[in-house]
Amino acid sequence: MKGIRAEMKLAPNLFKNPELKATRAGFGSAMTALGESDENVVALCADLSGSLKLGDFISKWPDRFFQSGVAEQNMVNMAVGLALSGKIPFATSFGVFMPMRTLDQIRISVCYNNANVKLAASHTGITVGPDGATHQVLEDIAVMRVLPKMKVIVPADAIETEKATISAAKIDGPVYLRFGRQNAPVYTTKDTPFEIGKINKLRDGKDVAIVACGVMVYISLLAAEELSKNGIEASVLNCHTIKPIDTEALIKAAKECGAVVTAEEHQKSGGLGSAVAEVLVESENVPMKIIGIEDRFGESGESDELMEKYGLTSTNIVKAVKNVLKRK
Amino acid sequence: MNPHHFDIDTLTFTAKEIRGDILRMLEKAGSGHPGGSLGMADIFTALYFNILNHSPEDPLWPERDRVVLSNGHICPVLYATLARAGYFDLEELKTLRVLGSRLQGHPSRLDLPGIETSAASLGQGLSISVGMALAARLDKEKHKIFALLSDGELQEGSSWEAANAAAKWQLDNLIAVVDRNNIQIDGNTEDIFPLEPLRDKFEAFNWIVLEINGNDMEQILQVFESALKMKGRPICIIAHTTPGKGISFMENKYEWHGIAPSRIEMMEGLAELRLEEVAYERN
Repeated sequence: MKGIRAEMKLAPNLFKNPELKATRAGFGSAMTALGESDENVVALCADLSGSLKLGDFISKWPDRFFQSGVAEQNMVNMAVGLALSGKIPFATSFGVFMPMRTLDQIRISVCYNNANVKLAASHTGITVGPDGATHQVLEDIAVMRVLPKMKVIVPADAIETEKATISAAKIDGPVYLRFGRQNAPVYTTKDTPFEIGKINKLRDGKDVAIVACGVMVYISLLAAEELSKNGIEASVLNCHTIKPIDTEALIKAAKECGAVVTAEEHQKSGGLGSAVAEVLVESENVPMKIIGIEDRFGESGESDELMEKYGLTSTNIVKAVKNVLKRK
Repeated sequence: MNPHHFDIDTLTFTAKEIRGDILRMLEKAGSGHPGGSLGMADIFTALYFNILNHSPEDPLWPERDRVVLSNGHICPVLYATLARAGYFDLEELKTLRVLGSRLQGHPSRLDLPGIETSAASLGQGLSISVGMALAARLDKEKHKIFALLSDGELQEGSSWEAANAAAKWQLDNLIAVVDRNNIQIDGNTEDIFPLEPLRDKFEAFNWIVLEINGNDMEQILQVFESALKMKGRPICIIAHTTPGKGISFMENKYEWHGIAPSRIEMMEGLAELRLEEVAYERN
């Protein structure tokens, strides 16, 4: 495993049939752990508690779970009321319904109040699959990261989801957590470091820095393996926290590699790539390429078919790297 | 305990003083919302000077009753009431809407002690109140949540999501007060987007509904005292108020929903309140 940094403690079977699990699975186990450790943690859901893996939490602490029905606006503001009373509420739904339907509530009541509300959205991105465009939120990172006081975290696998959820409960103020529906490789371990706002550099390479979040991190590692066969060594940065973004690590990577490619399961506009570009445009003038959805809605199909069709593949990352290197 | 516990006469006079504050604040600021602010002066006075358990010296006292003002645009009445109740100096009222002021154009919780929640965009306060009522129940705390709503904001669907939720959990520690003044920015509510039959709607949502003249101090005190004893369901007080109450040329005119009085209009209004004369007569 050339270039993989030992201190990241990634799974030894990283490239050999890693376990598959949806990132949201880590959310359910984290909520159970938080339920045990802090009686102020409460959960809310808008008729999707099974999808959010809250079953264990609900059966253990039924009085700390608030089923708010198909009424997301009310759910978010109930969470605000709970937070302003000292609770640590996790409001949960699909990303298309929360945050997308509830932007006003999140802007004024969550963020302007600096309420200690955690928003946990599952079924984000194109990997939602057969449900089609209505259910494939591709704009949430952009919308959430422009809100003052909001933090935005996109975990890379189920284990990182668990850490991100527990870390979110431990800091004061609004946090948006973004999970996926579909099974994805689990390749970090309990020993892999995780700190909100700190990029994890998973692979060392001097030629190009690939910065990714969510399911695109693993795909970036696959791309780096492929590039290595062509004599191109890529650094791979897991930028799980989109806001506050790790400016220092990004500038360092841009300086060392001289070229940057970003990859996200989200619109190209306003997401991870934009956040990275905002940092680099003010410091390191390096060629850059953003991989994401090209200003369009998704459609029905299987996850892998959609990832292929919309260009979220290791092949496409390899191509983007080769192009960006020509501009060096 | 209410730290003031004024009698009816003193409450009535305090409400007049607060109306005077509102006129002065809005004239100085040059913008803001007099109609609803003046109309709700009696209810705010009754709450802060008689009904609420609160502590102006310790605004975050955990046992305090919560007042969630949902229609944030009537914050002049909230600011004037808080100042007179001792949360901050009356002098600060002059800073309404000025750069750097704690008295923002719409309430900002992080800026001013005594504000339970920042508010402006309508249809949110009742949901926040439901969350606070659930938290109080979970912690077995005895304090009450007073959600102050406008009638116009009941046109927001989210208000009814919250009404449903309060009934689902049978939140009898939640008392909503609807300022039924029949006006909104564009005109009278029943012309713009009818709300009636409002009482039937809340009753159909499984709330206890009480109706009062929201400018009659005796009725206000009585309704709160009985609402505080009710059990089993959330309580909605439909308070029929006169927008612009106390200032004759503003009363019942929707045009005064959101414009500030000029210097001359303020002087006319203050003259009508006869604050100095009434104070002299009271002594």
